Amino acid sequence: MTNHFIDFRNADVILNMGSNVAENHPVSFKWIQAAKNRGATFIHVDPRYTRTSAKADIFARLRSGTDIAFLGGMIKYIIDNNLYDDFYLKNYTNASFIVNPKFSFDDGLFSGYDPTKRSYDQSNWALEKDENGIPKRDMTLQNERCVFQLLRKHYSRYTFEKVVSITGTPQEDLEKVYKAYASTSAPNKAGTVLYAMGWTQHTVGVQNIRAMSIIQSLLSNMGIAGGGINALRGESNVQGSTDQGLLFHIIPGYLPVPRAQWAKLEDYNKTTPATKDPRSVNWWKNRPKYVASLLKSFYGSKATKENDFCYEWLPKLDPTQDASWLNLFDEMYKGTFTGFFAWGMNPACSSANAGKVRQALAKLDWMVNVNVFDSETGSFWKGPGLDPKKIKTEVFQLPCAAFLEKEGSISNSGRWMQWRWKATNPPGDAMPDGEIMYDLFKKVQALYKKEKGAFPDPIMNLKWDYETNGKFDIHKVAKEINGYFLEDIKEHPVDKKEYKKGTLVPSFVFLLDDGRTSCGNWIYSASYTEAGNMAARRKKDDPTGLGLYPQWSWAWPVNRRIIYNRASVDLDGNPRDPERAILKWDAVNKKWVGDVPDGPAPPMGTEGVYPFIMKSDGVASIFGPGLKDGPFPEHYEPLECPIEKNIMSGQRINPVIKMFEGAADTFTTCDPKYPFVCSTYRVTEHWQTGVLTRWLPWLVEAEPQMFCEMSLELGKLRGIQNGDRVMVETSRGKVESVAIVTLRLKPFTIAGQTVHQIGIPWHYGWLQPKDGGESANLLTPTIGDPNTMIPESKAFMANVTKLTAQPAKKGKKG
Amino acid sequence: MKVLTRRDFLRTSGIAAAGLTFSRLGFDLTPAYVYAAELRTELRIKGAKETPTVCCFCSVGCGILVSTDAKGKVINAEGDPDHPISEGALCAKGASSYQIAVNENRLSKVRYRAPYSNTWKEVTWEWALDRIASNIKKSRDKSFMEKNADGKVVNRTNGIASVGSAAMDNEECWLFQKFLRSLGLIYIEHQARI
Repeated sequence: MTNHFIDFRNADVILNMGSNVAENHPVSFKWIQAAKNRGATFIHVDPRYTRTSAKADIFARLRSGTDIAFLGGMIKYIIDNNLYDDFYLKNYTNASFIVNPKFSFDDGLFSGYDPTKRSYDQSNWALEKDENGIPKRDMTLQNERCVFQLLRKHYSRYTFEKVVSITGTPQEDLEKVYKAYASTSAPNKAGTVLYAMGWTQHTVGVQNIRAMSIIQSLLSNMGIAGGGINALRGESNVQGSTDQGLLFHIIPGYLPVPRAQWAKLEDYNKTTPATKDPRSVNWWKNRPKYVASLLKSFYGSKATKENDFCYEWLPKLDPTQDASWLNLFDEMYKGTFTGFFAWGMNPACSSANAGKVRQALAKLDWMVNVNVFDSETGSFWKGPGLDPKKIKTEVFQLPCAAFLEKEGSISNSGRWMQWRWKATNPPGDAMPDGEIMYDLFKKVQALYKKEKGAFPDPIMNLKWDYETNGKFDIHKVAKEINGYFLEDIKEHPVDKKEYKKGTLVPSFVFLLDDGRTSCGNWIYSASYTEAGNMAARRKKDDPTGLGLYPQWSWAWPVNRRIIYNRASVDLDGNPRDPERAILKWDAVNKKWVGDVPDGPAPPMGTEGVYPFIMKSDGVASIFGPGLKDGPFPEHYEPLECPIEKNIMSGQRINPVIKMFEGAADTFTTCDPKYPFVCSTYRVTEHWQTGVLTRWLPWLVEAEPQMFCEMSLELGKLRGIQNGDRVMVETSRGKVESVAIVTLRLKPFTIAGQTVHQIGIPWHYGWLQPKDGGESANLLTPTIGDPNTMIPESKAFMANVTKLTAQPAKKGKKG
Repeated sequence: MKVLTRRDFLRTSGIAAAGLTFSRLGFDLTPAYVYAAELRTELRIKGAKETPTVCCFCSVGCGILVSTDAKGKVINAEGDPDHPISEGALCAKGASSYQIAVNENRLSKVRYRAPYSNTWKEVTWEWALDRIASNIKKSRDKSFMEKNADGKVVNRTNGIASVGSAAMDNEECWLFQKFLRSLGLIYIEHQARI
């Protein structure tokens, strides 16, 4: 999130799209209600009428997988009716930037496409620079190659007629949503968007969010109270686990993972984002300090400036290698791995195409599964259709402490890092995850010491000293993440003050690239300082009155509660919306008042620095040349879709998605065997695969089993009554369900044809409860967004039929 | 308008107990006083230790107060009224978190399933960690690649992969990626991807 949960109350218009906030983030809804009580308009756009829709002032229904068409129509509406914020657009976005003449777009393809490689040469989309390397601009926005004119041209194609035909949303509903949302372009109006997996789990996931970012930029909604782009994340610490680099492509703090072509640290540092524009802060220019400090936190005194801080010891990917989830399980399926950790996870139910994952697990020599309860992953070898006698995989099931049985911090979607205290001991032999991995690594280290082995250096020299009185101490890890001064510094280059060796750094501003500081994750630097553990704070002062609560817990970066907040003020540093001033410049004392500003520089004026300090050009990117599938979002159909031809162009699907071609990967489009659009979702009473909630009797009583929702019309068509047992089926698997025949779903008219959509929750699995049903992910395809490789679980093609035979016996589902 | 929290409610009803029919809130609290008095005598959490924590489910980050008895056993878990985001509220899942702590189905023993076996066997941590460490070493040594096909230094372990976890604390996540990267893993993924 750019903003945070309480900030919803500051919005005038709230758009919830690609999410069902009332059911899946229920407590946050109080802040939507608070906004509504102030007179705000709440909009819900979704394929299904949910409890969120029931609370909405405007509800619009769209077919799964057509969000870009819906939002593209909004961009056209805003431009056609001159509803954008001209000041913001010219000063704080790249609307005035000139794109080089090689950029073009024709029939669904941007320039530079190579059909054999299924990829683009992105250099065709570069922004033009002048002789000093500064981006060329036309502040009148009239140049036909300026971003604004290209945007106008691109979205001129998104007419009401086409949008209605693609999305199935009636035109009057589109107009209602567009009009209400566009009203937030006034500087004293705030519009916010709340999204979740309904936007990300598509083959155009990133571009769904890009389309909304463009709208937020046109309407001056980025960097303000009550605005922003707000992902409602699904797990309590999925923000933090991402920040800490538990993904193949990033090391902590969003630093790129080392690759083979960057043999030396110098090569790696050459990829640091750069700008020649003195008006752009380009905060990422500091990256070498963060990398050096990170390596010091890995290898301690072994890492020196002379030996490249042991950069060579970090594993490196091949130049374009993608080791993301779907590829990981594809490799496992092919037999690439002998060992596997499923630590606090249940991929046998959570992964797209879970049937393929279950087969892949059987190809391992060993697996370590750490969980609070048993799961379909730990016990996969006795799952439906598998014979334990034929499965070689050695499985270790390690019991871990639950959240209330240990101490540590988690980061919510609003980037608030909150400390949790230990209330009780874990049961039996269960231990906190941290202690398990701490002890396990010491065992590995001892083994390498004793027996030697392949390249032992990074293991033998790893800094692994997080103990107090012989016991693992989580505070020591928290401090390592914050960072230390490793030498006495007489006069620090930043503030000329003295700092002592062994003290905690006050923030990442003080990190150095010469080995005199360590820091495990630069964006968390300032979270645990000499002043104490910031995440543990519980003071409720609210000086701005906007619900920032700057002394309750701590937010990254540097306790900034709303990021890009310099875009909320005018060129002189006065709030553009004085009623909701998160920041203002105190000209007398020459400092900012309010939230922690995005950098201390004085107001932008006509020569000062631009507000978007993390972007190398300093402004919001309406034109985004860095993505794999194009600089503007374009509508493509989901890989599996109900229509033969994309109404927008000759490219039916996203032209750069990676196709998986193994035996376990089948796909169908416009196949009469699988005629219905299907989407997965969640219910309030369960969480993710149900790995915790299916073991809690209160919740199982409330939501006991797998179901499939369908419209009255589809029920009639298939002779299915509410409560009937049905089979939901795709080319990849079958899942038995109870039918819910409901008004919540309605057929769409798409390209003149009736298209039915069904929906299923993904919380169940064969293990528990015994008659609860199987995982919805047995049905979903192995296909991902080209930028993130997040699977397309929100739009695929399925069939649903009434089960006429007796229901299957207990324990034999699937 | 001031929001009436449970604590305010109890405090205010304390005033009512002192003989005021109409409280400082300006309405009759007698029924509330009676209810609150009942709560004070009957309350399961009377005398319990309260520990603040944050819910483990979605990412809103609601505050939970966990009550434990003198032996450290969890006897209640409910919304933290002081928490600025949740203000004492919890959804059905958060409100059920008591059952995570008090649950007969919790894994409490280290279990091992041998190749081709059809049962779990309970083992000790010592035995399991030794054997896992030995497996890690075997897989790593067998699959370690110092240079790739182009002759570039990569120093990676191709034969082990990992997923997890967004269910761990920040400090554990950081420690886990350090652990995995020191072993040379590149297939490091978790729930954030899906």
